[in-house]
Amino acid sequence: MIEREQVLHVARLARLLLSDEEVERMREELSGILDHIEKIGELDLDGVDPTSHVIALENVLRPDEPRPSLAREAALSMAPQPGDTGFGVPSPGS
Amino acid sequence: MSSVADRAYEPVIGLEIHVQLSTRTKMFCGCALSFGEEPNTRTCPVCLGHPGTLPVVNAEAVHYGLMIGLALDCELAPRSIFHRKNYFYPDLPKGYQVSQYDIPLAAGGRLGDVRIHRVHLEEDAAKLVHSGASGRIHGAEGSVVDFNRGGTPLVEIVSEPDIRSASEAAEWLRLLRATLRRIGVSDVNMEEGSLRCDANVSIRPAGEATLGTKAELKNMNSFRFIERGIEAEIARQEAIVRAGESVVQETLHFDPASGALTPLRSKEEAHDYRYFPEPDLVPVAPTEAMVGRAREALPELPAARAARFERELGLSSDTARLLSFRGELGDYYEEALGAARADGGADPTALASWVTVELVPRLPDGDPSASRVRPDALARLVSMVGAKRVSGSAAKEVLTAMAEDGGDPEAIVAERGLAMTDSADLGAVVDQALAANAAAVAQYRAGKEKALGAIVGAVMRETKGRADGGAVRELILERLSQ
Amino acid sequence: MSELLDLTAAQTAASLRAGEVSTDELFDHSRARAANDDLGAFLWVAEDAPPPVSAQAPLAGVPLAVKDIFCAEGVPSTSGSRILEGYRPAYTATVVERLAAAGAPMVGKTNMDEFAMGSSNENSAYGPVRNPWDRERVPGGSSGGSAAAVAAGIAPWAIGTDTGGSIRQPASLCGLVGLKPTYGSVSRYGMIAFASSLDQAGPITRDVTDAALLFRHMVGRDPCDSTSLDHPEEIELPQADRLDGLRFGVPPELSGEGIEPGVLTVLKDVLGRVEHLGGTVNETRLPHSPHGLSAYYVLAPAEASANLARYDGVRYGLRAGNGDLLSMYEHTRAEGFGDEVKRRIMLGTYALSSGYYDAYYGRAQRVRTKIVADFASAFESCDFVITPTSPSVAFRIGERTGDPLAMYLSDYCAVPASLAGLPAISIPGGLSEGLPVGIQLVGPAFSENRLLQAAHALEGAIAFPTGPPPT
Ligand SMILES: [Mg+2]
Ligand SMILES: [Zn+2]
Repeated sequence: MIEREQVLHVARLARLLLSDEEVERMREELSGILDHIEKIGELDLDGVDPTSHVIALENVLRPDEPRPSLAREAALSMAPQPGDTGFGVPSPGS
Repeated sequence: MSSVADRAYEPVIGLEIHVQLSTRTKMFCGCALSFGEEPNTRTCPVCLGHPGTLPVVNAEAVHYGLMIGLALDCELAPRSIFHRKNYFYPDLPKGYQVSQYDIPLAAGGRLGDVRIHRVHLEEDAAKLVHSGASGRIHGAEGSVVDFNRGGTPLVEIVSEPDIRSASEAAEWLRLLRATLRRIGVSDVNMEEGSLRCDANVSIRPAGEATLGTKAELKNMNSFRFIERGIEAEIARQEAIVRAGESVVQETLHFDPASGALTPLRSKEEAHDYRYFPEPDLVPVAPTEAMVGRAREALPELPAARAARFERELGLSSDTARLLSFRGELGDYYEEALGAARADGGADPTALASWVTVELVPRLPDGDPSASRVRPDALARLVSMVGAKRVSGSAAKEVLTAMAEDGGDPEAIVAERGLAMTDSADLGAVVDQALAANAAAVAQYRAGKEKALGAIVGAVMRETKGRADGGAVRELILERLSQ
Repeated sequence: MSELLDLTAAQTAASLRAGEVSTDELFDHSRARAANDDLGAFLWVAEDAPPPVSAQAPLAGVPLAVKDIFCAEGVPSTSGSRILEGYRPAYTATVVERLAAAGAPMVGKTNMDEFAMGSSNENSAYGPVRNPWDRERVPGGSSGGSAAAVAAGIAPWAIGTDTGGSIRQPASLCGLVGLKPTYGSVSRYGMIAFASSLDQAGPITRDVTDAALLFRHMVGRDPCDSTSLDHPEEIELPQADRLDGLRFGVPPELSGEGIEPGVLTVLKDVLGRVEHLGGTVNETRLPHSPHGLSAYYVLAPAEASANLARYDGVRYGLRAGNGDLLSMYEHTRAEGFGDEVKRRIMLGTYALSSGYYDAYYGRAQRVRTKIVADFASAFESCDFVITPTSPSVAFRIGERTGDPLAMYLSDYCAVPASLAGLPAISIPGGLSEGLPVGIQLVGPAFSENRLLQAAHALEGAIAFPTGPPPT
């Protein structure tokens, strides 16, 4: 069972605002899922290497050759708050 | 046992340096690196973190990383991987920074007296421009993000905590900067941010082996600030400990104007970066060819060059370091020395002193390659001084002329009539001066050695400085002893 | 024109080449049908005709339905999420570009579970998709729109993406063929990421030949995707009608408990056909596969929690909040993401967070290693692993929405091959309760040619109808 505080902590890490009702629902659902997942705790995995890639590729590198960048208007055209020259955001710390 | 108040404390300092690599393109996309272009003109879907885009590693950044690893005497990892470092900030388009974490490109090296903990590759953040009047983060109205810098290749170099004073820290950073500049992987310009230094500072009772709680000083952008910042932090920590309190681990910002250290607003959950292996990239496993190419690209490094200058050429340690830490001066010097040796002239020490003392102030923008004084011409000038064909002061005049208009030292000396007065002529001038300064001669003979100066001065005036002061003096003494 | 509905894409290509219909006519016809779709399968339909396509092009101009997870320049690309409402990419996904170049122009973008998270297509911000076999039932997910569109004959073929079954399961529930290729054989560039180490694009088609035809033009290394590589073999159009000498391994772990009886009956029937065609059937153990789902539901959400961090309201998409930075992040993401996406972000963030990494993420990666090893040893004694694709037939809309775990169990049989990065194909094996049941074949890495040949032979024996379902 995970605690309400853990739910709030994780939600803050993930920058998700949850209503009180969502926090409670999330707590129950995550607890249920984690209970199921925790069965992997019973497996003996000593000495087993972790797999993060299933393909055996190495050194996939790109030549250091410039390619055209986007026009600024194009880059800014999808911004929720485009300024003249950049992407407007609320100031950190304000 | 000594009381807390009068115990001696020893600072323990480690540096973390971020170096922007001078590749042509960014770490993971084909955008050209930005050098003061208009904001947001060096972006693409990849470095803007658009949906569906994927990073591809810049081969040259890996090459530069390997060069740095080798230059710092590190072990290269047979297989290094990238991780994602997760946190939210407007200058971080993907919500994570791709950085090497578990297995850095290189580790376990040494530069000078300081061990290198690790060297790893990562990407730079974008630039958040605060539009408030103060320019500082707090109180700004709103901010604008410029993604030109975002994704610039970075190498992060972390030292072991082997540094024991603020001045040692600055000195070591100078050596590191000279080394990086020498191998040509970065502009290493602190003001422009292509070399950025953070310091981890702690203190401990002198002689103890355990480490104290450290504070991290962020982004000090000049050697002077690094020295002053670390000094201030050492003083702050000593005051805390002497007052019987404990240092807390925190991140501090040094304000060079006030000399104050202020805690940076701690980013919430800053310590939970949830690192995990970057699934979009495969490992970098340097092949023999890659390592060989990096090794071949390495020139002689500043520390080795300075040692060679001292050992083989007998230069003083200060001069040797000056010539090798500014690699372009060292190159100039070695070219001049080569020319001098070819015609059997110029002593290495004298030549070094002419380069460091006389040539440097006459360089346009401090750049010897832009100077009109050719290295072989300087070598010939210094040879002429050594052979007493021109006096030191006349030679300086020649050098000034060469710095302005180029040209050949022999020709300038001939044209301006600066050749040293030859010994037959000098004898006559000396005899004349002795005759004209009978009073001084008498005083000298009475034991007033200082009186000699007036006679020497008279000879120099008569020869317009073209005589060698030492030779004049010897000649006068010779005459007086007859 | 309506007779075209019964044709496979390859048959349609033949009639284009024969001049019985022009590529423009066909595109218009397809576009009109997509625009009138009442299954909720399409999120966007092409307004303009594509650049002229020659019927002599490899794919002859047969229009393609594209899951909305693929970016296309200037075309809305939402990945089924509100947070990308109005977003029009500045570039096109490699796969979409390659298929268009081969002569399969995009006719529309299909509905999907938000960010490919779901097994029923009920998690789309733009409404559910209905299964043409029974409109009260789900088409499966997350490529539910693509599957429904092909099953209903709206599009001749489609592409989808599969992270833990998202091509195979909807193909199974809609009576279609779905191929999840070997990880890395198809470029992920331009595919909006869910879980990068698992995501793979593939075809959803009416028959195996169409799957091979489409897949042939999807494969190959892409310089924009570091994890892509060239397929070691040219992809052939399958011709086999026998299975002589081929060994089919049935893992008891994936063909017993938790599988609907009607599904097991179809499996049994298909195994009988395997033997009838000259193949052999043996039990093959995959001992760690029961833990696949747990490992998957740690690894995929963990990767997703990072992949979805870019939706922050700064550069594109939705922005909300009251003017301070934290509020911008928290409100944008709270309003932009649906419940299932939030659930998985929470799960993944938790699994990676300080103090839990080793117990969850680290262990899940080790289980993944075990699952890879299980398959490797299985393939020492068999050529293919054969299982049901989904534990059940299509379920009713709303039936599982209140129980995330029950929903996750839909992926039980599909997830092991995803974790191992192996190619897997689902073909219709028959009906249960009048609804399609898919059978999954899994082969070693890069065995797509052999997999397609075997699937082709079985398909011939099963003779499942390729036309739209009876209404
Ligand atoms: Mg760093
Ligand atoms: Zn870029």
